[in-house]
Amino acid sequence: MGRIELEVVDPSPAVELQALDELWFQVAGTVCNLRCRHCFISCSPENHSFWFLSREDVQVALEESVPLGVKEYYFTGGEPFLNREMEGILADTLTLGPATVLTNATLIPGRRAAKLAALAAASPYTLELRVSLDGITREMNDAIRGEGTFDRCLEGVERLVGQGFLPIITCMRSWPEDDTERYLEGFRTLLGRVGYDRARIKIIPPLLMGEEADRTRAYHETERVTHEMLHGFDLSQLLCTRARLVTARGVYACPILLESPSARLGDSVGTAAARPARLGEAACYTCYMSGAICSNTLSGAGADR
Amino acid sequence: MSGFPQDTVVSRRSGAKGLVGGPGTGVSSLEYPAVLSDVTRLAVFGGVYSNHLALEAAIEDARAKGADAFLCLGDLGAFGPTPDRTAEILQDEGVPVVRGNYDDSISRGLEDCQCGYTDPRDNHYAHLSYIYTLTNTSNRHREWMGTFPDRIRFRLGGLDVLAFHGSPRRMNEFLWETTTPTHFLRGMADQHSADVLLGTHTGIHWARQLDERRWYLNAGALGRPANDGKTNVWYLLLDVRAEQLHHTFVPVSYDVGALVGEMRREGLPEEFVETIRTGWWTTCLEVLPGKERARGRW
Repeated sequence: MGRIELEVVDPSPAVELQALDELWFQVAGTVCNLRCRHCFISCSPENHSFWFLSREDVQVALEESVPLGVKEYYFTGGEPFLNREMEGILADTLTLGPATVLTNATLIPGRRAAKLAALAAASPYTLELRVSLDGITREMNDAIRGEGTFDRCLEGVERLVGQGFLPIITCMRSWPEDDTERYLEGFRTLLGRVGYDRARIKIIPPLLMGEEADRTRAYHETERVTHEMLHGFDLSQLLCTRARLVTARGVYACPILLESPSARLGDSVGTAAARPARLGEAACYTCYMSGAICSNTLSGAGADR
Repeated sequence: MSGFPQDTVVSRRSGAKGLVGGPGTGVSSLEYPAVLSDVTRLAVFGGVYSNHLALEAAIEDARAKGADAFLCLGDLGAFGPTPDRTAEILQDEGVPVVRGNYDDSISRGLEDCQCGYTDPRDNHYAHLSYIYTLTNTSNRHREWMGTFPDRIRFRLGGLDVLAFHGSPRRMNEFLWETTTPTHFLRGMADQHSADVLLGTHTGIHWARQLDERRWYLNAGALGRPANDGKTNVWYLLLDVRAEQLHHTFVPVSYDVGALVGEMRREGLPEEFVETIRTGWWTTCLEVLPGKERARGRW
């Protein structure tokens, strides 16, 4: 009998970076002071699979980002304010461009809120604080984010608002889509009680991975991006066509796919920017369906030009 | 970036009030390289948003200040009343227009204005504004909007100027003062071999010097105030003096009461009227970065 040689070909489509508009930093690795039940990369105090980035690590990537024309810088984790150098990292970043920190706001005492306000005031660029809050009641939020987090988060929000920030309150949708208006009103009322009377609220669809896959359901096998789905599709809707993520273990295609080896695209920003991103993961399906949910706004992306 | 036509180039036609490239001229008769050698003062209008009273006031003001050419950076419609009136004024004056996202949507009859709102409230008002404008724009003007170029390039005061609506790469890209790094703008200037990048789309005017010679200038908007609690709107004057290009943002006052009356007669939302009356934005707030949003009231 003759031998049949089989070549393994990844059937998932790949997309090139169009422009490096966003540079993300996994600045606290997978280390978090909370253990949220929906965390898509299962961050916790014990999850050290990705460690902190140092201020020097960030500085190297920032320098690399300038000739690449990066427009916005994002900091995520884990919880970024567990990184002891976070304020210095923001000071460095804000000399170059706008910065957004994704935080649970439980580590923002008054002194830190004041320091962040001083950093923002010293920069021509915007410093955004994106605060995760997953419910309009203590019971709803704490069931997902852990006991006591509702109150601690709102205290952090109140301190930020007191310093002149308009934090973007981010909530993963855990209700039927048709109920969103009602929940938005609930958030406005809740935030008004802590003095935030013109709340900016961002509702994101659930990512059915990590802890969330156990909490609700995982992606179905049919929920994948195919070559056919990309015909006529505006690729700028996909974060990996305009962003890369710097971690302590290399540069990745996007902040969601930290646990996917194929999403690691290189050791440096430049190397990772030159390599296409493969849309082989189930989470790519959510990005395809919902647009780049990780960015603050669509920022003009999505034009059929 | 792919998908864009070649830069459109315009020059001043002898005796014309505006730059060549106005109504019906298309781009075929234009010269390259275009040097606006006889233009000493160019008035640049950002989004008009159907505020025809502000547009008339700006044209009159610019003329009084010695402007000898006009340019509009797009978004003729939205927000204000009777959109055909704005188109008629620009056509009568022969003002060339760069295509804005609103012009693009209206000319093609798209579903929305392409601003990319996700907030339900912003979407609600954006939809009202868009449907009103689409319904009240004549087919003749819609066809005209379909002829606007994505970019206009010209030479003025010894500098290469590239005019666009949002950014050179994307007509609906917001370039806000506090979220647009200088290195990003330098890269765009390099990529397009431009000394002056001239845009609008955000509705708030601002300027940044990129290096000794190069600038990014955002003309702001004629259509609604700059979210600063004042009712005036803004345009931009580019001035050639001693072979150098200078820029000035010019505040324009107009008959706010008359516009408010027209908006109410047309049944436009009271939220839009409030912005015109108070100078504070009440809608389309989602896209504002934190710093710009904090400067406003809502």
